[in-house]
Amino acid sequence: MRRKATRSNKWGSIGLILPALGILIPLYFVVVMSLKYQSDSGGSGLEFPTRIRWANFSDAWELVNAPRALAMSITISAITIIGNLLLSSMMAWAVVRNWESRLFRWSFVYLLAAMFLPFTVLALPQVKLMSQLGLDNPIGVGILHIMFGLGFNTLLFSAYIRSLPVELEESATIDGCSTFEVYRKVVWPLLAPMAATIGIFSFLGSWNDFMMPSLIISDIRNQTLPVVQNSFNDQLTLNYNVAFASYFLAMAPALIGYLIARRWIISGIMRGAIK
Amino acid sequence: MTSTEIPAVAFDEAANLTDAVAPRDDALPRRRPARAHYFMVLPPVILYTIFVTWPAIQGIFASFTNYAGFGSWHFVGLANYRAMFSDPELGHAYWFTFAFAILSTLLSQIFALAIAIGLNSRIKFKNGFQTIFFLPMVLAGLVVSYSFKYIFNTTLPYIIGWGPIGDGLLVNASTAWIPIVIVATWIGAPAAIIIYLAGLASVGTDVYEASEIDGAKPWKTFRYITFPLLAGFVVINTVLGLKAALNVYDLVIGLTGGGPGNATTVVSQTIIGGLNTGEFAYSAAKAVVFAVVTILISILQLAIIRRRGQGGL
Repeated sequence: MRRKATRSNKWGSIGLILPALGILIPLYFVVVMSLKYQSDSGGSGLEFPTRIRWANFSDAWELVNAPRALAMSITISAITIIGNLLLSSMMAWAVVRNWESRLFRWSFVYLLAAMFLPFTVLALPQVKLMSQLGLDNPIGVGILHIMFGLGFNTLLFSAYIRSLPVELEESATIDGCSTFEVYRKVVWPLLAPMAATIGIFSFLGSWNDFMMPSLIISDIRNQTLPVVQNSFNDQLTLNYNVAFASYFLAMAPALIGYLIARRWIISGIMRGAIK
Repeated sequence: MTSTEIPAVAFDEAANLTDAVAPRDDALPRRRPARAHYFMVLPPVILYTIFVTWPAIQGIFASFTNYAGFGSWHFVGLANYRAMFSDPELGHAYWFTFAFAILSTLLSQIFALAIAIGLNSRIKFKNGFQTIFFLPMVLAGLVVSYSFKYIFNTTLPYIIGWGPIGDGLLVNASTAWIPIVIVATWIGAPAAIIIYLAGLASVGTDVYEASEIDGAKPWKTFRYITFPLLAGFVVINTVLGLKAALNVYDLVIGLTGGGPGNATTVVSQTIIGGLNTGEFAYSAAKAVVFAVVTILISILQLAIIRRRGQGGL
């Protein structure tokens, strides 16, 4: 048994190298292209750069107004994460603890219906509604992201809350906590692992989305980091090196975050799959 | 595709949890809900009614009119729905979207299953490999597609310079689907790998030890042990992947924009196109039909999960 466990599977490692290269080579390509001079970019584009043009990044930065686009992306993701966590966890807690009440049960089922609808099928009337309400901006996109995540996230939270002992909450009530205080001081801290999972999914979904912001946000100056790549594509691709610097800038925040918090993110994602 | 797929991953794993919640009914002594609990349920329900239910009703309503997105309108009955049957562009979009969805889902499953089995075995640099294979999940589909567009238009023709690849696969109407399928597989595989890893973790190691003692070769181990034990996960992953792939949008925008001609136009594009062409009502009807298609697939998915729950698979 011990002998077996220490012997590693050589063919497994070798077999994984090829698909791993399939993922790494396109990323390597983006990086080297973003560093080259236009005159050095002939050929396949895979060649290692002989001299580096950092100005590609500043050109791209200015062309798409990256700081503003970044701020818009952060706004949307922040609204989505906070809204998803607060609304879904409160909803889930209230529903699970009052499951015997028909009103709570039906509200839950009502929200679940949205899990079956992709944004595409509601896009037209929603675009119209958001512009009528003056929400054709990042705040509106954040709200819609919360709406589409509500049913699913409430479901995840409610499954998790059911595993929490109700006695903790009861004793907090006896100690004089109001219902909101029980939520804030007892329930919310216990939800942390599931909140991490939902937070990660909320971030990835809203940060990388293209369709919703591109349709909902009417003013191009309020567009997100992925969308400006599309809006300014014609100008960007006049110089592909600047274009790739811009693509790299758009990928970088999530990529860096992922590499730094790799362990935490992978375990959070795996928790979502097992639940 | 990326954005809709990730939440969908856990979505159906969780779907059977509605059943898990259900037995609670009448299990507890009846007590009055705390007033604060009403305040916790109210905001989501109100917001949802404003931002989801109301537009949904508007969309269904508009599909029976000739509304252009502005100005006056009147009822036209089922005319919009009837018009769909004589719309070759829409027919082609459905054909392409389904063919693309089935092909890219199957490819994703094959790669994901092989990679998950590799990751689950005793390999060196396990964490490193895992980091790499999950990487596409954190990247925006549109930006990835733009990068691949250059690779298919310039890099590959430079390296291979032969036949359709030399011409650039995206340039030709008959080959433009190939890069879209490849990029969709590239982006979609991580979500499937995660579910397969969860599945493999639930299988445990003792069955493998037993088969090793019996002298089973790797292929036989896969064929008679791994695959049957993972069959449920394969089905769930396939349905999930299919649903995500049917909603493909940013990959197509990034790689082909729906072209050449309308060779790679997908259903989402035909619906959204109605925003600018003054065909609001017709697009609303297309959206209703697409919603029904999506819901039918979801029902299929729930039925499969039910069966799996009862040990049917």
